[in-house]
Amino acid sequence: MRVIKITAENDKFAERVEDLSGQPISLCFQCGECSSSCPVASEMDLLPSTLIRLIQLGQKEELLGSKTIWLCSSCFMCFARCPRKIDIARVAEALRQLVLREKDVDRVHPDKIPREEREKLPQIAIVSALRKFST
Amino acid sequence: MMGGNGLEQLYFPGCTLKTTAENFEITAKETAKVLGVNLVEIEDWVCCGTVHSLTTDDLMHHLAPTRILIRAQEMGKKMGLGWEDGCSLFTLCSMCYNTLSQLNELVKESPDKLDIINDFMDEEADYEGKVKVLHLLELYKQIGVEKIKAKVIAPLNGLKVAPYYGCLLLRPKKVAIDNLEDPTIMEDLIKALGADPVDNPYKSKCCGTFHTVDKPYLVANLAYKILTYARRAGAETIVLSCPLCAFNLENRQEEIKELYPDFQRMPVFYFTQLMAIAFGLGDFCRFETNYVDPLPLLKSKNIIKVKG
Repeated sequence: MRVIKITAENDKFAERVEDLSGQPISLCFQCGECSSSCPVASEMDLLPSTLIRLIQLGQKEELLGSKTIWLCSSCFMCFARCPRKIDIARVAEALRQLVLREKDVDRVHPDKIPREEREKLPQIAIVSALRKFST
Repeated sequence: MMGGNGLEQLYFPGCTLKTTAENFEITAKETAKVLGVNLVEIEDWVCCGTVHSLTTDDLMHHLAPTRILIRAQEMGKKMGLGWEDGCSLFTLCSMCYNTLSQLNELVKESPDKLDIINDFMDEEADYEGKVKVLHLLELYKQIGVEKIKAKVIAPLNGLKVAPYYGCLLLRPKKVAIDNLEDPTIMEDLIKALGADPVDNPYKSKCCGTFHTVDKPYLVANLAYKILTYARRAGAETIVLSCPLCAFNLENRQEEIKELYPDFQRMPVFYFTQLMAIAFGLGDFCRFETNYVDPLPLLKSKNIIKVKG
């Protein structure tokens, strides 16, 4: 079992994510519906329900360093099914924004997309990837 | 308003309908004409941004969709398109539909945010929040299956079609065009065209969307599941309404084939392409731009007779 000692710093981080996402993260009671609905859960290092729990506990480093926040595709399936009406797509976006705003590192850059791919990808793919993964 | 080509309705094409999804736009306009609707493109439009911005402090990315709705609002007024209650703006691409609809919901819920956005934009009229954003499938539902059936001259008899809704027509719930767990709007259309809709468990599971840019094999795996379950359920083809879903489910079949050599390719249609075939307007479908050639399937069903 993992024991986490909560400090004021942890609480502050949890509050920041609630504010930026506008979501009532503290309401989550760990039913797991989000994790079972998520189409990319199998690729994630933290399941969506774990992500929410770690926010409640203010675990900033683990959250901002996770693969999960870059894998969420904002499909809103978890939100559609959440009995506590928490929109995890908004939560993941808030966490991504915290990283992008702090570190100012673009995860996708138009110049790094191979030319052949760039020519065949629909515009909406490129624009949405840039919107999600760059500042 | 009745124009020379029937009832005029405003529509927003979005970027991709002018490039990789031209076959979607042209078949939408032509099938609408058959049903007595002239889709009028709004003037001076911009890209909607493709995704609704999800953080509470980011208003900047709501400017583009607001500008589009202002263009529609002003054109609706000029053309006298039922302005008292606000005019309708039809979309074809699911991403545009979702981005514009979610913006409308945001300004309804947070009038203070709308005030800030309006104040920020000097050159345009204020957005009044009354444009109704609708998807073309909703227009065809309003027109009704009986009227659509009456226009079918080449029924798609025996064609087994799995509808693929994806995410953005159905979620979040406040912008859903149909029941989000059990939609039927595409099934009804498929039946009206004479084809057989095939239910399948992945019809509203995400195709992987923008991950296609930097994680094509993640998308190929998701697309493989969607296509394989549709085939197992008896489908011969998939029909959809989003140019990004179309790319992921169709073009990424190349990557699927690398991962799963036994995979059998499956053609993918926009719903308007199927309508065009059934209405005898197959020439507008531009199948040569499809990555998976659908003609062998259509020929095997005697739906399209191709010269040569």
